[in-house]
Amino acid sequence: MTLVSSLPSKIMNKYDAIVIGGGHNGLVNAGYLARAGLNTLVLERRPQVGGAAITEELIPGFKFTTFSYALSLIRPDICQELNLPEHGMMTLPMPNHFHPAEDGQYLKLGADSYENYHEISKLSLEDAEAMHDFGYLMDRVCHSLKPLVDMIPPNTQSQDPEELERMAEFHAILEGMPEDVQHMVEKLWTSSISDVLDEYFENDLIKGMLSSSAIIGSMCGPRSKESGMVWLFHKMGEYDGIFGEWGFHKGGNGGFTQCLARAFEAFGGTVMLNAGVDEVLRKDGAAVGVKLSSGEEIYADTVVSALDPRATFLRLVDPDELPQDLVNHIKEFKFQGSASKVNFVLSDIPKHPNHEHTADIFRGFLNVGPTIDYLEEAFADAQDGRFSQRPFIDGCIQSTIDPDMAPPGKHIMSNFIMWTPYHLKDSDWDTERENLGDAVQDTLNSFFPGFNDLVEHREVVTPLDIERVVGIAEGNIFHGELFADQLFFNRPAPGWNQYRTPIKGYYQCGSGTHPGGCVIGAPGKLCSMQILRDREKIMA
Amino acid sequence: MPKTTHFHPRTGLLNHPQIWENWAGYLVAPQYQHSELSEYYSVRNSAGLLDTSPLFKYKFSGPDAETFLMYAMARDIRKCKPGRAQYTIWCDEDGYVVEDGVIMQVTVGEYWLTAAEPNLRYFRQIARKKEFDVQIDDITTAYGILALQGPHSLSILNELTSDLKGIRFFRLAHTQIDGHNVVISRTGYTGDLGYELWIPKDSCVAVWDALMSAGDGHNITPMGLHALKMARIEAGLLLLDIDFSSARFAWTDAQRDTAHELGWGWMFKDLTKDDRDFIGRPAIEAEIANKTSRWKTVGLIIDWNDYQAKHREAGIMPPMDGVFNEGTMNIYKISDIPWEYAGYATCMMYSSLLRSHIAIAKLPLDMCEPGTEVDLEVSIIRRSVNIKARVAKLPFFDPARKTSRE
Repeated sequence: MTLVSSLPSKIMNKYDAIVIGGGHNGLVNAGYLARAGLNTLVLERRPQVGGAAITEELIPGFKFTTFSYALSLIRPDICQELNLPEHGMMTLPMPNHFHPAEDGQYLKLGADSYENYHEISKLSLEDAEAMHDFGYLMDRVCHSLKPLVDMIPPNTQSQDPEELERMAEFHAILEGMPEDVQHMVEKLWTSSISDVLDEYFENDLIKGMLSSSAIIGSMCGPRSKESGMVWLFHKMGEYDGIFGEWGFHKGGNGGFTQCLARAFEAFGGTVMLNAGVDEVLRKDGAAVGVKLSSGEEIYADTVVSALDPRATFLRLVDPDELPQDLVNHIKEFKFQGSASKVNFVLSDIPKHPNHEHTADIFRGFLNVGPTIDYLEEAFADAQDGRFSQRPFIDGCIQSTIDPDMAPPGKHIMSNFIMWTPYHLKDSDWDTERENLGDAVQDTLNSFFPGFNDLVEHREVVTPLDIERVVGIAEGNIFHGELFADQLFFNRPAPGWNQYRTPIKGYYQCGSGTHPGGCVIGAPGKLCSMQILRDREKIMA
Repeated sequence: MPKTTHFHPRTGLLNHPQIWENWAGYLVAPQYQHSELSEYYSVRNSAGLLDTSPLFKYKFSGPDAETFLMYAMARDIRKCKPGRAQYTIWCDEDGYVVEDGVIMQVTVGEYWLTAAEPNLRYFRQIARKKEFDVQIDDITTAYGILALQGPHSLSILNELTSDLKGIRFFRLAHTQIDGHNVVISRTGYTGDLGYELWIPKDSCVAVWDALMSAGDGHNITPMGLHALKMARIEAGLLLLDIDFSSARFAWTDAQRDTAHELGWGWMFKDLTKDDRDFIGRPAIEAEIANKTSRWKTVGLIIDWNDYQAKHREAGIMPPMDGVFNEGTMNIYKISDIPWEYAGYATCMMYSSLLRSHIAIAKLPLDMCEPGTEVDLEVSIIRRSVNIKARVAKLPFFDPARKTSRE
């Protein structure tokens, strides 16, 4: 893999557009701007682009997906419009998902719906059928809502005729939905995933398995009312048009952001690494450039922040120059990062006592969170200000599919952990880091006896580490919770949900804007549409 | 009982869905696991292992073997030196393509050829008529063939033999795997880095085991015909009975294609320097001189926005995963005249890798410029709908590693 780098000699001091932050949304945004002919510069504070979507060879031969580890929500149109396949984009399918129970039972679901039917019917015949009914409804829900993910949301604070039209479009989408779809959307918007699943399923293991998407990265349990929306958000992802399916990018998610950077450069864009930004320069209420940490100034009429809303509004510019209600809203925007990663080098594939083809079960997601009760117990720890003693784990061993992730015979395992609150009550993360690693390892060892003996190396990444390394406030992987009151009209604040800011020429395109987090690219693309439209208006 | 290949003792156990397809009378696995896409991706990401033994295999030897092949084959066999392989075709007297195949000069004066259909009597009749002193044998069952394809294929083979290092595209090596003699060529039908192994029948199971064991850390994946067919469309490699018909058995010339019409004109770029008399030569020369090709074979990339919009209008999701069609689809000119026929696609699929619906198509010569827009007729809920598509160069996917010299 060639890492994108730019020689300092290529850097000029004036561009059409500057994008602050070379995470995936910054790169998507910059890619579209460069594609439209703008001379565009991406400034990345770290020595490599990718933000939280990076692959690091921390040990020779072993590629760690330190943070982000799988793909689903990335918008299909972005991949096409930025020619990403030409630049090496390759998302490998996950043939199986594995959901172990605490008593040694398990559910293994794969690509054949009848095989899944029989697998689920081991636990409940009705649930096996409910899976089809539920899947059919959810496909129609996601299909109906897809235009909302891919649109610039209406501005509720504006009486502009264009905005009223956008609002009418929004209502037309909602009202055009079949009644059962509408009912389900309302239910997911307002209630817990537990309530939703209770309508369809009876078995606890099945409900546990289906709940996991509702709590990923979020400070809510499956019985919290916020969880329905978090679940729906994840479900909107797709693999080759199948909603809710995931894949591994070749070489990890860092491989994906390298493709984005190559695409951006192919459109004539420039990436500058090791270039942290201290301040967005303003003149007469308009952005005119940026000041780097080195003191260097680079100028552009369009400046885009791909950072989180807190950095965008409270750090890069002087909040005193902004409307007070916006500042208040951003200050109250919930980050409360709650996810960690614990990544391992393993000498072999872990063995499940009741499943002989062990490599199979790690080729997709390993879902450790057997039941809603298990998840709620883990969540209760977090509500008390501790990390879960028996956490939820979303594990995968990409090296079972992608042999370039680890030397032959060895493996690299990524584990996404819930809940690990950024704010610990009686301790701090520098003290607790390895204790968390132990809790995760013990939990895995209980489901896969002998796991401990396979561990050759362990890497623990807490919310504090995410904040320190990637720079996201409180380590929230979505740049702010995906709760209903922080989405669509309100992401990141009412009236400022259309990628603009009160400073002319200063835009926002991070995951803290619509539609939200995950490796999705939509904020980057939609922001570029807004920028290009605004520039056209100025020209006209 | 249907026939099985020499690898069946292994493939029979690995075929998880236990579905079999009939390939030339042999049981072959269309897929080994439910996720055929995982098998497909092994070719692009790690290594896929495919049993292609049902191919018909012929050996040419004797004093006139070269002379015979110079006459019977459209490409000049003299370019295929010992230790090399050559992709070739054979045509009828009118210049229409009979079949294509890979021929290798295994040792000096001995040639092996693979073909999709039986050709023994066809070749022998030519030899008899021209009184060539050539021995033509059917060695189909004497060997099994495995294709090991994908970026890790060389790493796996290097764990088993040291004779492959540096063998170039369309070269071969005689070597041993686990004590068994094999002939390995750097060839394949996937458009990726890959090798094909000719294995004497009694060694087949042992070599399969050796490959699977060496490939364990490289995610070696047994792959079925479906995955192969996906890879070959991306690679722009044509398939008999899908993209063209054998001139021997077609009923009319409308069903026949010339080499130029199939995109194989490159095989004749040195024709003026080539002094051979070969079957079809006068017709091929006339076609070049008089520019009488009726169509060309090109790629098509379906416009995603149009595809999505037309399905959404009909109230359904645009199908992607699993879209694979080997039936003819009509293509129309985009013009004021509705449904103005232009040509047809021979196969269409959703390429997960390229994130596009792609097709192989036959179009009139004036519509073959890459980027030319056409309408492709698809059926959406029982209605014929035209979807915009653009002409593209074949192959769709052509990684540097396929031909790279390491």
